Amino acid sequence: MPGPQLPLIAHLIRRAGFGATHAELETYASQGYEAVLEDLLHPERFPEIEQDILSRYHGTMDEDLGGDLHELPAGVWIHRMVHTRRPLEEKIALFWHHVFATGAAKSEHRPSMNRQIDMFRRVGLSDLRTILMELSRDPAMLYWLDNNENHKDQPNENYGRELLELFSMGVGNYTEQDIKMAARAFTGWTFKQPIPLYTQGSHPAEFVFLEDDHDGGVKTFLGETGPFNGEDIVDIIVKQPATARFICRHLYNFFVADEPQVPTWDQVPPRDPAAIDILVEAFVESGGEIRATLRALFSSQSFKDARLKRVKSPVELVVGILKLVGISDLPGADIARYADATTFMAQTLYDPPSVEGWHTGQEWIDGGTLTERVNFAVGEVGDASKPGIRAIVERFASNGAALSPDAFVDECLELAGALTVGDETREVFVRDAESDGELRFGNDAQQDESTGRIVRMLEAIVACREYQLA
Amino acid sequence: MAVTAGNKSPVLVVIQLTGGNDFMNTLVPYANGVYHDARPTVGIQEEDILPIDDTLGFYAKAAPLKELYDRGKVAIVQGVGYPNSNRSHFRGMDIVHTCEPESVGTEGWVARAVRELDPHNQNVLTCVNIGRGLPRAMAAPGVTVTSVGDLDNYGLMTGMTAQAQRQQALDLFKKTYTPTNGTGAVMDYLAQTGMNVLEGADRLKAAPAGYSSEVRYAGDPIARNLRDIARVHLADLGTRIFYTSHGGYDYHANEVPTHARLISELSTAIRDFYQDLEDHGAHHNVAILVFTEFGRRIRDNGSGTDHGSGGGSFIIGDGVNGGLYADYPSLDPNQWLDGEDLTHTIDFRGVYATLLEQWMGLDAVPIVGGSYEQIQPFH
Repeated sequence: MPGPQLPLIAHLIRRAGFGATHAELETYASQGYEAVLEDLLHPERFPEIEQDILSRYHGTMDEDLGGDLHELPAGVWIHRMVHTRRPLEEKIALFWHHVFATGAAKSEHRPSMNRQIDMFRRVGLSDLRTILMELSRDPAMLYWLDNNENHKDQPNENYGRELLELFSMGVGNYTEQDIKMAARAFTGWTFKQPIPLYTQGSHPAEFVFLEDDHDGGVKTFLGETGPFNGEDIVDIIVKQPATARFICRHLYNFFVADEPQVPTWDQVPPRDPAAIDILVEAFVESGGEIRATLRALFSSQSFKDARLKRVKSPVELVVGILKLVGISDLPGADIARYADATTFMAQTLYDPPSVEGWHTGQEWIDGGTLTERVNFAVGEVGDASKPGIRAIVERFASNGAALSPDAFVDECLELAGALTVGDETREVFVRDAESDGELRFGNDAQQDESTGRIVRMLEAIVACREYQLA
Repeated sequence: MAVTAGNKSPVLVVIQLTGGNDFMNTLVPYANGVYHDARPTVGIQEEDILPIDDTLGFYAKAAPLKELYDRGKVAIVQGVGYPNSNRSHFRGMDIVHTCEPESVGTEGWVARAVRELDPHNQNVLTCVNIGRGLPRAMAAPGVTVTSVGDLDNYGLMTGMTAQAQRQQALDLFKKTYTPTNGTGAVMDYLAQTGMNVLEGADRLKAAPAGYSSEVRYAGDPIARNLRDIARVHLADLGTRIFYTSHGGYDYHANEVPTHARLISELSTAIRDFYQDLEDHGAHHNVAILVFTEFGRRIRDNGSGTDHGSGGGSFIIGDGVNGGLYADYPSLDPNQWLDGEDLTHTIDFRGVYATLLEQWMGLDAVPIVGGSYEQIQPFH
């Protein structure tokens, strides 16, 4: 039986993961909120997704020998999000992909892009210093922001600028001079291609530090002076109060509630400063650990009060629907279609629109993207042969008893993920259900009719306004 | 101004070059030694120049644009920028979208123009964006913009084949997207967007259905998008402003091949689009604005160019007096902004104001937030 915690746990699983079937939610609810949260925060307690199944269907993911550059990795990632037993590992990778937005359109180097996302999985819940150091040595990032063109005698400030503006502190907390100093400190941080491209297939690049291309001169950065290297720059950045606040605001925006767009943050205060203060405190106390900060976040009242109030990103919408309808655990040709679906909703995994990532919240929605969201969701849910839909129908049928229109609507909302809709929306659904009377499963004809009614009601639910929110 | 389908009111087509187009490598000061000295890697060589006078020339990859220029249809606005140019992409783009360099604006200039053109939201197609994701230029509370990712399959519940079933689903959708009191800004916005989609989709069906053309557009995104604009324009649905984006101009590295491809795609698409409208006799009331968020640094960085200032815009149309407008920014190193950037010679808000007042017949002051020097590019 669904306990009182079930809607709240469904909320946690939507935000820290990508949703779950109702049967899974019931299992989680029996464990309790705190235990589920600890499991989410410790992905290593659960086995990794079986890489060899992915490999068998789509060649090796890392040492890749060809195929379409954009679609397939995105499809494989969506497959992982659906099937992983470590949902927060994928969600935190998606978070860092938002913040450290690196685009395949420029890199055209799939193995390095895959390595970057794998790195986010590996260190995404660790401390910010570790994360920024990994990022600064990541070949996909170094190429994306041209640090391979950042030379001792000819600095390229792209990485230095974005490291400060977008990846750690935010505008208004440093000067143009600090950017130039950071750029100098990262001269010589580049990558090499150990196996030549193309002839042997494409292989991951490797970080390399070129001492003779590094500017070892004295630099003054954020008030400190020394012959700084990139590592020193990261050390100085992570102890800035502005960094804690900026990263925590990002976490809040991604996991709790929609904030104004990032470029306004130096001028527009947070909607709920006290909620971010709680995160900053956990961040600072833990030495910048993301796991500890997220523990505070998911335990906070502001998070629990934010149920169904944040606009789903396209990836959340698509993966949530796939979790609901159930897809094969063998990654077939369909996975490219799912990747296309998020692209049509204006979010292409591995290919954010620019280094500033995606605009979020209400900006996900316009006439075009709303059309894509509704059509995708309705198309998937409308297929009664999908295992998740079959399970919902069977659950209705196994109860046997005739259901009133009210009870029918409420049960559909419950089985679609312990959802709540506004009174007016529910009233629309109930009115619609009333026109067909009670839901019955007495004989085959009634069974068929009722199946059709359940599917149509689920279609209406995933098309409605409330379903656009997580 | 009354907005009714079928009139010949002036139409504006906005093409956004995302990432910061390198104006110096689009209209090249080829005779200037400083240019060549500053750009040993990405500088355009003499043989790749299509001169328009003895100092300036189009980059050869822009040959189709030069054709239109030679026909007197292209006004080149040189040295577009604003004081204290912002080098961040999103902030830079936000500024040219909102016309608010000092504070963070939330209303786009195109949206404000749409509000003037159609104050009571009588036509959901007054402004049509072709592309996925809506640039902030078109965003403002209460302003309706129809954003079309795929013109050929636009509409809700298009996967349902049974007509009765689809109609029932559309009815339910409509009822659940009816605005209700006290449910908040996001729910209201969703409601408005949903209702607009229903109406826009019904009317946009006419565009692909009624279109035929001799012009063979290329298959790249900007060509496809301009073809979609042509199809909607030719369907006479009352659209006054079209908007589309062409991405990829942020070439800090590897600029030479990237810029060549983009400028070639863009120029070809614009030429084909213009031809398409001309063939249909539908070009007289159309002006095209091509703009970008900033120019690029004067000196190259050994592979590409970093974010800079002093970009350029193009105004293209049958009503245009072709030629050069405003001044090319000085290449004299003593005149460089902060010792590394072009100094702009005309404010971008003056370019918008020119189009809004002289082409669209609107009062530009409230839309661009003040009075700015305009050019006179129209007959």
